[in-house]
Amino acid sequence: MSGLDFDIAHLLAGSLVLVSLLELYQDRLYSLLNIYALHALVLAASVAWQAFIQDAPHLYVTATLALVFKAIVIPVTLHRIIVRLGIHREIEKVVGVGITMLAGIGLVALAMVVMLRVTQEADPLAREDLAFALAVVLLGLLMMVTRRNAVSQVVGFMSLENGLVLAATGAKGMPLVVEISVAFSVLIAFIVIGIFLFRIRERFDTVDVQALDRFRGERR
Amino acid sequence: MTFDGGTFSPLAGVLAVPAVAAALSAVLPDYRATARLNVLATALTLICAVALLFAKPQPGSYLLVDDLNGTFIALTAFVAFTTSIFSASYIGHELDIGRLTPSSVRFYHAMYQVLMFAMNLALIANNIGLMWVAIELATLTTVMMVGIYRTHEALEAAWKYFILGSVGIALALFGTILIYMAARPVVGEGLQAMVWSVLVTRAGAFDPALLDAAFVFLLLGYGTKVGLAPLHAWLPDAHAEGPTPISAVLSGLLLNVALYALLRFKMLLAANAAALAPGPLMMTLGLLSLVFASFMLYRRRDIKRMFAYSSIEHMGIITFAFGIGGPIANFAGLLHMTMHSLTKSAIFFAVGHVAQVKGTQRIADMGGLTETHPVLGWGLILGVVAIAGLPPLGIFMSEFLVVSSTFAREPLLAVVLVFGILVGVAGLFLRLNSIAFGEPRGPTAKVQASYVPMFSHLALVLVAGVYMPPALVVWFQNVAGLLG
Repeated sequence: MSGLDFDIAHLLAGSLVLVSLLELYQDRLYSLLNIYALHALVLAASVAWQAFIQDAPHLYVTATLALVFKAIVIPVTLHRIIVRLGIHREIEKVVGVGITMLAGIGLVALAMVVMLRVTQEADPLAREDLAFALAVVLLGLLMMVTRRNAVSQVVGFMSLENGLVLAATGAKGMPLVVEISVAFSVLIAFIVIGIFLFRIRERFDTVDVQALDRFRGERR
Repeated sequence: MTFDGGTFSPLAGVLAVPAVAAALSAVLPDYRATARLNVLATALTLICAVALLFAKPQPGSYLLVDDLNGTFIALTAFVAFTTSIFSASYIGHELDIGRLTPSSVRFYHAMYQVLMFAMNLALIANNIGLMWVAIELATLTTVMMVGIYRTHEALEAAWKYFILGSVGIALALFGTILIYMAARPVVGEGLQAMVWSVLVTRAGAFDPALLDAAFVFLLLGYGTKVGLAPLHAWLPDAHAEGPTPISAVLSGLLLNVALYALLRFKMLLAANAAALAPGPLMMTLGLLSLVFASFMLYRRRDIKRMFAYSSIEHMGIITFAFGIGGPIANFAGLLHMTMHSLTKSAIFFAVGHVAQVKGTQRIADMGGLTETHPVLGWGLILGVVAIAGLPPLGIFMSEFLVVSSTFAREPLLAVVLVFGILVGVAGLFLRLNSIAFGEPRGPTAKVQASYVPMFSHLALVLVAGVYMPPALVVWFQNVAGLLG
């Protein structure tokens, strides 16, 4: 493997971590969605690069999926859901930005320490890829626990999932990567539909449904 | 029915029957017939599952059948079959009172069969990637079934289950990738490095540090689905808000499937001498779940939520038993898992009918059940007596084995274990007293119940407690030996 191949893969995976950190301090849903689209874009570039240097054409499917579905379809859909349901456009945080960022930096350091230590015998490209991927996964988790809105939790989950795709494509020759990335896209599609249903009920129907239940004595 | 090269293939049967039945349920014009189709399909799956115990096909790169998963599949198919009978009468009542619409009934039965398919696939998978996909599918279907009533609480429970379950399966996938990374230098690139039966023979040469890291992620990931203590938050909500047959299937089966996945990876780590011992981690989480859930039993106001905590408690005991390991503790763990599946689903059958009669799940609004509905009331009492682990029922025997093998190996932990179990027993009886005895409260209408599934489960638990057939003992000993 030539030095340049490695450097570019490294650069793209590192950028993904950086974009994850950017997501952490957004306080508007729209800007969060834009940053997420960037996240997916970087992932698509990273996966495409892996497909190129590993000579694994099936990974281009995963890259295309990331580009079309995650970088375009999902952000646009979520954008429209926010408009249609009139969801609060500010992100409610459980803890402040400063502490969240510090925790994020700590998690990135933790990911590096843990993964670089346990993968000493693996090949260097996969090794660094895994370390970055774990950092992205942990940052995604952090985002899910420090946010209250469903939409920003979902964005946290989706960037966590991007980290997993990065790890799976970095593991050279791993079978079922395309299938797993498709399975994840299905899961995400369900989550987005879920938000839609959930919010619709919350805004229009809940009062009626609950009153009905209370009348029937079904619920507490 | 599937035929493979002219001969009947039970392996294809346990996957194809639910898949075909799911498709049929979705398109069948008569929605009331879907309940009968559901019973028929689970009966056929049960026949295939039992045939599978004797057939033992050769392992391929995707599917594998040995005595361990054969036992799990047979148990899954049996409980699924009896639950489908209970479900038919339960869903009939829900239709009558208008809580479910014809289209949601059709959807429910299709999802029930997809869940069966996913669980069987997860159990039968030899490929760790395929196993992960199957468990994800099982999670998705149960999420949709939990939210089927479309009330605010049900959707919120489904959403919580969805998010926590997704995080769990995401962590499990990271662990799976790490296992592949550990296997690749030894087994070589490609499909073979994800085939469990290949991995377990070559695991001795894997990088132990990578295996350790992988197991931690897998334990957290699949442990979320088992409902182990710090990761259990989805479980009580999902049990309380979904239809009761689904609570029975969740507690009795899906938790086992996730535990089965953990056991497979535990076997992988045990094959590598330099890797960390998975036992102590599982013992810690198991004990934590047991003690935590036992205390949580006291303040429960919702009957299904209470039995959901009881499931966390028992999954804790089972995980603890498998964590200790060795022939006796593994035997006890397997027996306890079987007994818990049978008893807990029987309890949920009773609870489902009780909640339908009373029109509520609030414990405060039900009382004097033995006077108003003697059969149901005593059935519930028998179930709780069984789950509490009183002799002569089956759970007494398995809990006794767990406790005695713990005393032999780790006396200090045995004290914690016994304490947790006793706290749980007291909590259950405190609540049972107000439900079953005293002044009758709430509606006392007659109940259109199917008692057969409930009492057949309880009878099996009783028989297992009094007399275990030697053939079954040998079978369980054999499986316990496989687990190491």
